[in-house]
Amino acid sequence: MSDPRSPRASEVWAALSEIPDPEIPVISLVELGGEPDVRVISDDSWSSDKITPEGREKLRAAGLAPPAPREASAPTLVQLQSAVFRCPYCGSKHTKLENIFGPTPCRSVRYCASCRQPFEQFKTI
Amino acid sequence: MSRSRSDRAEKLLELADDELVLGWRNSEWTGIAPYLEEDVAFSSIAQNEIGHARALYELAAAELGTTADELALGREPEEYRCAPLVELRQLEWARTIARHFLYETADAVRIEALKESSDPEIAGLAAKVDREEVYHRIHADMWLDRLQASAEGLRRLREAVSELWPYALGVLDEELRPEWVERIRGRLRFDLPEGRPVTRAEHTDDLRELWEEMTMVRRSAPGANW
Repeated sequence: MSDPRSPRASEVWAALSEIPDPEIPVISLVELGGEPDVRVISDDSWSSDKITPEGREKLRAAGLAPPAPREASAPTLVQLQSAVFRCPYCGSKHTKLENIFGPTPCRSVRYCASCRQPFEQFKTI
Repeated sequence: MSRSRSDRAEKLLELADDELVLGWRNSEWTGIAPYLEEDVAFSSIAQNEIGHARALYELAAAELGTTADELALGREPEEYRCAPLVELRQLEWARTIARHFLYETADAVRIEALKESSDPEIAGLAAKVDREEVYHRIHADMWLDRLQASAEGLRRLREAVSELWPYALGVLDEELRPEWVERIRGRLRFDLPEGRPVTRAEHTDDLRELWEEMTMVRRSAPGANW
């Protein structure tokens, strides 16, 4: 099913690369690190680390800060409140957590003190 | 159906019903939460919980030879296996935060145990679900600190916890409950209440009311494909 070498699979991948994510149309399903099977919920194989470098850059250019890499332990409030998250507009790390939940469950809202711009930060999932 | 159900299916239904029913309760804040950020937060949490319920129902459905929708919406109220804690309708902020904290802490203990399961489907799903649940716990913890920081917040939280305590005791079984009690004790700035668990064997009138609403559309067109 997901062997990208067979012609059928390559066709599927090519088609997927043209399908925008329904919530974030700047990024395609392939850039999101998806597979040609939308029912992925029941295993642990997808994480926000699977978003490709191209996908991450497109998110950032659209004003959506890409997720931080996953770490061995789960994120904590202290981490989320720390100033390691970079503003997608000006690049400053002088940002603070405004709200854990943003417009969708996978995004938080942060505020950049340097350019005074609120922005959406993808969660590490 | 309930006679021959395996322990595995039984446990999956407990979890799925908890997440579905609490998802519905959390969604009741949509549009009317004290302020916009919390409106969005509870709506997102509700959406996550219902997504988790769906995945859990699918695992159970595969074993029971039925469908996730049939399990979620096609049973009678007394067939649900949810803990009464999640059934309670309580559009009052301190009680909402108290339940959120008590439930999410119990869920964390339960998920940690499930991640160690020898069943790869269950362990995998638990790990997946936990990556979203961690944000629910952070949110609950943040609110717990906020309420406990003022005299009025503390008083109202304490009243809410006292009221919910017997229900909260009923979420986990005797094996996991002591770990949960210790975690709760470590976070609250007051002594734990006393009480006997209201278990999954019982249901509240609130569940019947919620069921009427939740299954209304499906019951209006029996046998329809959705």
